Amino acid sequence: MSQQSAFSSPGFDFSNSVRNNFLQEKGMPLPKATSTGTTIVGCLFKDGIILGADTRATEGEIIADKNCEKIHYITESIRCCGAGTAADTEFTTATISSNMELHSLSTGRKPRVVTVMTMLKQYLFQYQGHIGAALVLGGVDSTGPHLFTIHPHGSTDKLPYVTMGSGSLAAMAVFESSWKPNMERSDALALVSAAVSAGIFNDLGSGSNVDACIITATQTEMLRNFVKPNERVEKERHYTFRRGTTAWKSENIRDLIVNEDITLVGATGDAMDTS
Amino acid sequence: MSIMEYNGGSVIAMVGKDCVAIASDLRLGSQALGISSNFQRIFPVTDRVYVGLPGLATDVTTLRERFRYRVNMYTIKEEREIEPETFAHLVSSTLYQHRFGPYFIEPVMAGLSKTPSGGFKPFIAATDLIGCLNFAKDFVVAGTASAKLFGVAEGLWEPDLEAEDLFETISQTLLNAVDRDAYSGWGAIVHVITKDKIITRTLKGRMD
Amino acid sequence: MIMPDMDSLAHPQERRFNPYTENGGTILAIAGADFSVIAGDTRQSEGYSIQTRYAPKVFRLTDRAVLAVNGFAADGNMFVKKVKQRLEWYHHAHAKDMPLRAIARLIQTMLYARRFFPYYVYNILGGIEEDGTGAVYSFDPVGSYEREACRAAGAAQSLVQPFLDNQIYFKNQEAAQGTSHPSHLPLETVLSIVIDSFTSATERHIEVGDGLEIFIALSKGRTLQGMESIRGLQELTVTEDGERLFVMRRDLKKD
Repeated sequence: MSQQSAFSSPGFDFSNSVRNNFLQEKGMPLPKATSTGTTIVGCLFKDGIILGADTRATEGEIIADKNCEKIHYITESIRCCGAGTAADTEFTTATISSNMELHSLSTGRKPRVVTVMTMLKQYLFQYQGHIGAALVLGGVDSTGPHLFTIHPHGSTDKLPYVTMGSGSLAAMAVFESSWKPNMERSDALALVSAAVSAGIFNDLGSGSNVDACIITATQTEMLRNFVKPNERVEKERHYTFRRGTTAWKSENIRDLIVNEDITLVGATGDAMDTS
Repeated sequence: MSIMEYNGGSVIAMVGKDCVAIASDLRLGSQALGISSNFQRIFPVTDRVYVGLPGLATDVTTLRERFRYRVNMYTIKEEREIEPETFAHLVSSTLYQHRFGPYFIEPVMAGLSKTPSGGFKPFIAATDLIGCLNFAKDFVVAGTASAKLFGVAEGLWEPDLEAEDLFETISQTLLNAVDRDAYSGWGAIVHVITKDKIITRTLKGRMD
Repeated sequence: MIMPDMDSLAHPQERRFNPYTENGGTILAIAGADFSVIAGDTRQSEGYSIQTRYAPKVFRLTDRAVLAVNGFAADGNMFVKKVKQRLEWYHHAHAKDMPLRAIARLIQTMLYARRFFPYYVYNILGGIEEDGTGAVYSFDPVGSYEREACRAAGAAQSLVQPFLDNQIYFKNQEAAQGTSHPSHLPLETVLSIVIDSFTSATERHIEVGDGLEIFIALSKGRTLQGMESIRGLQELTVTEDGERLFVMRRDLKKD
């Protein structure tokens, strides 16, 4: 028993639940977590898969992060875009990524996209939708390119072009009007960029930059901030204050440099007796 | 009334030129009633890493001890001080472990991380109450005055401020934001972390 | 065919209709010694959708009065229409424009008349008083009002107002030794602060953006003092007395 506090058991800790439920019953609602309002997309093209995402994270109507990363690493040739509760997408993909690394080490093979998809859906289904992760999974493996969507309850779809998040309708409108089978790499990249841009400009939950990721059989290219159409213009004024503007009451300076004063004691400059 | 507003309080961290600053108000309340005007919610983690814990006061204390314990275990095992990036992930995983029964805290971290060449690089981060990390290049905010802090900081912050200028900017941002928030205020404290010293000042501000 | 559920019909049923929505956006006004600046963004939204990128929220009432309305857009537009109608009647009856302080009182009575089914809007009235000073009046939805030097309202009020407290009222700032803070700022400074307030709000609030419209009311005899060539400025009216009204348009981010 004495060991228990030093090594906590794996999985979620529910020890605060009794207290939190009590507070909730007293009429205090749970605060909202950061959500990625989000436009995430994926599309199949001639040589593989392209994933796309915007970079805005919101807390209600306030923008918490203007340039977050929503395309998560799973394996070298499999990536996953996340929408929904930001912490859930982050930790779910990290857990599965870790499991895939162990899986490929133990099997000696490169992981397949279906394997990742199955692990993700089984994990999410286990939690009955309480883990709010809506994912777009894409990659290339020994059986070719694959693209999936995974919903928070664990249902999945396999389609040649997909969108998710609050900007999904704006992005899907672009795909529906222009997607064609066997597109060239440059055309597909332009299409993904246009789809994410439609979300960025027409959906308030999405914004800032376009991230893209091109996965082919031979290599994976992460194009972080591929398009930056929303840079802030220079301010009209500078707002530096004159030193001494803020009144303060007390000051404490903690010096991090260790100063040593050496005081010699005893013999003055005589050599040490080494006889 | 949300649980985050029960005790009130706000924290902000900003990046400057080779320095970072973290600041907080000093109010502890019980809803609209003020209880204390000297409630510390920013704590040192190592010499060059500080963490601010705005939110439910009982969890400020609990998490502070929990982080102290986990950082000590890390230091003993690794035989070195924890880096701010690593500490941010420690905070994040601790909070996510409690995904379905969270601590009502939105931590803000500020520190200087060691570079391979032996120098120091400014680092700030914040997470939501279930541990979603936000690494920003400019500033991070949390607490009951977060919307106000975002607005003022977005207006006042400029890149590459020297330590003394950063002190003015973060202090002005905090004071003006908390003056428009009923649940924050009642004094303020600022820590400016530079490579060779930490300047801590308590500010003069409105006490109403 | 689906049979009606007899059980549910046995109990009284309540149906509700909510006539109000919130359409985002932000407005702000600042008074100077002999001018007044009234501004608003032009985005109109509902939920996560943009309804239009150009819906004016700031309106010219007279040659020296400008009204900004924010909140529920339908109520706002109707309210401005009714205020303008009352001002026209006043003009016909008295052969002059209604003075600013009288418009402020008129708006109060019009808002309070709807105390129990209010116009869901926050109003900010800016312009030039009869004595030639710049003025700003701010209202709550049921007519409580106050004359101030500066005020922000709407979705990003909490982001902008503390910034204005600091930059306009110099709150929490100690003046340098032997000096004091100015009680009124020059027009050029005020315009810069207004623009920066909106670009900042656009960065951090999802409902603010697309366009910015700034009205500038100048007192009689006052010139723009070299600001005539400022980007996007357009003169609207000049009164016989010499008061002038300008509008300035700027783009804001559209994401």
